[in-house]
Amino acid sequence: MPSGLEQVSPPLLRVEQVRQVFAKPGGGELVVLDNIDLKLEDGEILGLLGRSGSGKSTLLRAIAGLSATTSGRVIYEGREVAGPAHGIAMVFQSFALYPWLTVQQNVQLGLEALHVPPDDVRRRALAAIDLIGLSGFEGAFPRELSGGMRQRVGFARALVVNPTILLMDEAFSALDVLTAETLRTDFLDLWAEGQLPIKGVVLVTHNIEEAVQMCDRVLVMSINPGRIISEVKIDIPQPRNRLQPAFRALVDRLYSEMTAQRTEKAAQRQEIFPGVGIGTVLPLVTIAAMTGLIEALAGAPYHGKAHLQELAAALRLENELLQVGETLQLLRFAELGGGDMKLTPLGARFAVADADERKVLFARQLVTYVPLAAHIRRILDERPNHRAPKTRFSDEIEDYMGAADAERTLRTVIAWGRYAELFVYEDADGVFVAPTP
Amino acid sequence: MPRTSPPISVQLKRVVPSRWDCLALVLVLLGLLFLAETSRQLLQPLSGLQATPLSLDPSDLPMYAARTTLRMLAAMAFSLLFTFTFATWAAKSARAERILIPMLDILQSVPILGFISVTVVFFMALAPGRVLGAEFAAIFAIFTSQAWNMAFSFYQSLRTVPHELTEAARCFQLSPWMRFWRLEVPFAMPGLVWNMMMSMSGGWFFVVASESISVGSTAVTLPGVGSYIALAIAHQDFNAIGWAIVAMAAVILTYDQLLFRPLVAWSDRFRSDQERHTPPPRSWVLTVLRRSRIVRNLRRALHKHGPRISVARPRVLEVRGLPLRLQDTAWTGIAAALALLLIWYVIHVVRSELAWQDVFGVVALGLVTMVRVFVLIALATLVWVPVGVWIGLRPRAAQISQPIAQFLAAFPANLMFPIAVSAIVAWHLNADVWLSPLMILGTQWYILFNVIAGATTLPRDMQDAAANLQVTGWLWWRRVALPAVLPYYVTGAITASGGSWNAAIVAEAVSWGPTHLSAHGIGSYIAQATSDGDFHRIVLGIAIMAGFVVLLNRVFWRPMYHYVERRCRLD
Repeated sequence: MPSGLEQVSPPLLRVEQVRQVFAKPGGGELVVLDNIDLKLEDGEILGLLGRSGSGKSTLLRAIAGLSATTSGRVIYEGREVAGPAHGIAMVFQSFALYPWLTVQQNVQLGLEALHVPPDDVRRRALAAIDLIGLSGFEGAFPRELSGGMRQRVGFARALVVNPTILLMDEAFSALDVLTAETLRTDFLDLWAEGQLPIKGVVLVTHNIEEAVQMCDRVLVMSINPGRIISEVKIDIPQPRNRLQPAFRALVDRLYSEMTAQRTEKAAQRQEIFPGVGIGTVLPLVTIAAMTGLIEALAGAPYHGKAHLQELAAALRLENELLQVGETLQLLRFAELGGGDMKLTPLGARFAVADADERKVLFARQLVTYVPLAAHIRRILDERPNHRAPKTRFSDEIEDYMGAADAERTLRTVIAWGRYAELFVYEDADGVFVAPTP
Repeated sequence: MPRTSPPISVQLKRVVPSRWDCLALVLVLLGLLFLAETSRQLLQPLSGLQATPLSLDPSDLPMYAARTTLRMLAAMAFSLLFTFTFATWAAKSARAERILIPMLDILQSVPILGFISVTVVFFMALAPGRVLGAEFAAIFAIFTSQAWNMAFSFYQSLRTVPHELTEAARCFQLSPWMRFWRLEVPFAMPGLVWNMMMSMSGGWFFVVASESISVGSTAVTLPGVGSYIALAIAHQDFNAIGWAIVAMAAVILTYDQLLFRPLVAWSDRFRSDQERHTPPPRSWVLTVLRRSRIVRNLRRALHKHGPRISVARPRVLEVRGLPLRLQDTAWTGIAAALALLLIWYVIHVVRSELAWQDVFGVVALGLVTMVRVFVLIALATLVWVPVGVWIGLRPRAAQISQPIAQFLAAFPANLMFPIAVSAIVAWHLNADVWLSPLMILGTQWYILFNVIAGATTLPRDMQDAAANLQVTGWLWWRRVALPAVLPYYVTGAITASGGSWNAAIVAEAVSWGPTHLSAHGIGSYIAQATSDGDFHRIVLGIAIMAGFVVLLNRVFWRPMYHYVERRCRLD
């Protein structure tokens, strides 16, 4: 429970000047984490909020001692973490249970590694299974359990070794909405009742509501490079109610924080997505998602302008909303800012246009604001046979980004270009072809 | 990364043999006996066959290698033909299925070199006095090493075509012929191509062995890498053996790059699952073919003017008339009558030609070979499982070593035998012990190959979870690594064990110049019977070896395979 104690006791964990850099295949460096400093106080649930690619999971793995950092240190109990440390336990998004071990064997694994006497192993495992609400399922295999129950095993396995710090890596993301909610409140109840051995939690999430519901403090991380761009204290007493005005206001504020970085960049006439020119990394956003969002924004009750969090709740798009919104901003169909999204006049025109006109509008924006799409079309026009292999472009953009990003970017540009009838892509042969007029 | 597919008797759901299994066994046995009987009668007039003169000149090797490769290709064509007909029949007719699938199982268990011993004379009688007959025999031997796997894979795919796709085909009123080419063959393609590749890599061993063989007084020498090696052994020429090994390696690599990589990459488009977890397979040859303008124009022309195989439709005679019940009864009746007849015939032949002591003696030799196989598999396990896990958990190392393991598995290990034999002779070692490792020389790689594939499937998160809980040492092997690779290991061990039984025929009896070494076992028994031209002993040896293989598959490997598949599957 957070209390006045946090002022006197030293922090449980310190992260000092951590940098993580990967070499790009085409040369150059990709800065995933850039000079991260943070402290985890005694009795605190600390949230790391950021979108995929912000390096938050990399940071969590560094804290757990699972991967080495390029520079900087993680200090736990006065010592530098240089490998998996006793006292730091982790819960995984994918649960990471061993399918060949029963629930009880999974939970006992950590105790056996600590050479605890067999009788104690059994007793402590059963107690942990009971605590997390799974008694009766000791002999079950993970594949017999639902997702929520599997993650309970994940929690029991982490808690049974009496860790000081619990790390959660998107621990609730793989669960459906209701199950995730139940598991979160159950965890918060145990935490509030002081039934857990842990003294602090670091929670990684991309879900803003989850961060506001669970954390005492949230650090917002940016993408490319991954930096902590702001710190937000959540001082609403537990249990928190999502409908409280104070709760809503904090969600709103975090939405603003997460879009602030974008607006700032847009103001400097920089691109919203990482990279420049044809090296811009594009997100996998479908045409259907874009048109759907434009239509929703144009219609009642928003009439062209909406609060991001209301829109997210109404469209059930909590995670993707920002990404789709930013894509619309990139194509100048909408603008983001101050936790709001607004249609541009062009976006409003798109909303009422028929299918053919939409394609024309989209194609024009695509050629103007997505340099890679324009580049592909130009190459096709220049070549006598109007054909070019995909590898020609993937090799080119891999000079700017990793292979996975390049593949995703090309898939996106193919989907957009096909819709805009800017080019034809023949998947079987992996070649781009100029459309026949 | 995919793994090898286990034998049919391991995959089938049924444990207790049904009457159809028994009938299949009898049918296959009879087929062999028939060939043997015919061969015995044909043997004398053919003994004067002119052998093609061979030279040990390395400059002739490319030509020999080309001949060997052509044999492989011809066998592959026949295997495909067999697959498309036999497997389709089994999948479409429940009545045929009952006997065809057990037959495939038995056929797969018959040692492939045994097929050559029995069939070579028969095939040579088909084209008397010419090389063609011997070519047929060699091609048939390779065919037997490929066809059964491929047919079974195709049969399984046909049985698992998603119901919606079949219904959609019916909605559009596709004829059965069109449905076959537009739906069923494409659906089965990835599995079929993978199986072709695996069978092919097994085939090199047998093509080499089948090129130079003597049954009784009939000596067959086909121009090829295998007979080049045989000549080199007879002349004790180490240089020539070295050249042959180089040539073989080049052939296998070329085959892999020019044929199978492109095929695998091409068949990837027929994958029916939408989600992709691994990067698509790539092949530079396929890329070149796809980019080339000549190929594109050819393809276009073919598309426009060529015959449309999938639309043209052959006339199929439809049998109808008799009520279903009656047909069933008739089918069962005919099968049972046939079975009785065959059993009577087999007993007759066995009693007139062989004594029961012979049978017990061969079973005892089979037990000796079995002990050898198990000990060798255990030894290979101790070595290759830790190595495979170590490699598989390091993506870069796995990327480099998996193709190497695959190559080593394909490389015909019998080319290496002379080196081992000269060592045994030089140091006066015990042949019963030291010939044994030869059996597993080529097949151990299947264990390594599969374990690497297994270890690469262990998700990153599970590795991290173990690290986070500080699970290390023996506890880590016991709770994390070994269970993770177990299903793959078992598949590899099954493949290795099957291959070792096959290899026993050449590994338990080897020669180097005038020196002949042989170890006690069923393999050397068959080899001896073959060189004596004693067809009843060949068939007895083959039948008992096949019996051992089927029995081991059903009572030992099958339960193990299904247990680890159930317990240790990562999903």
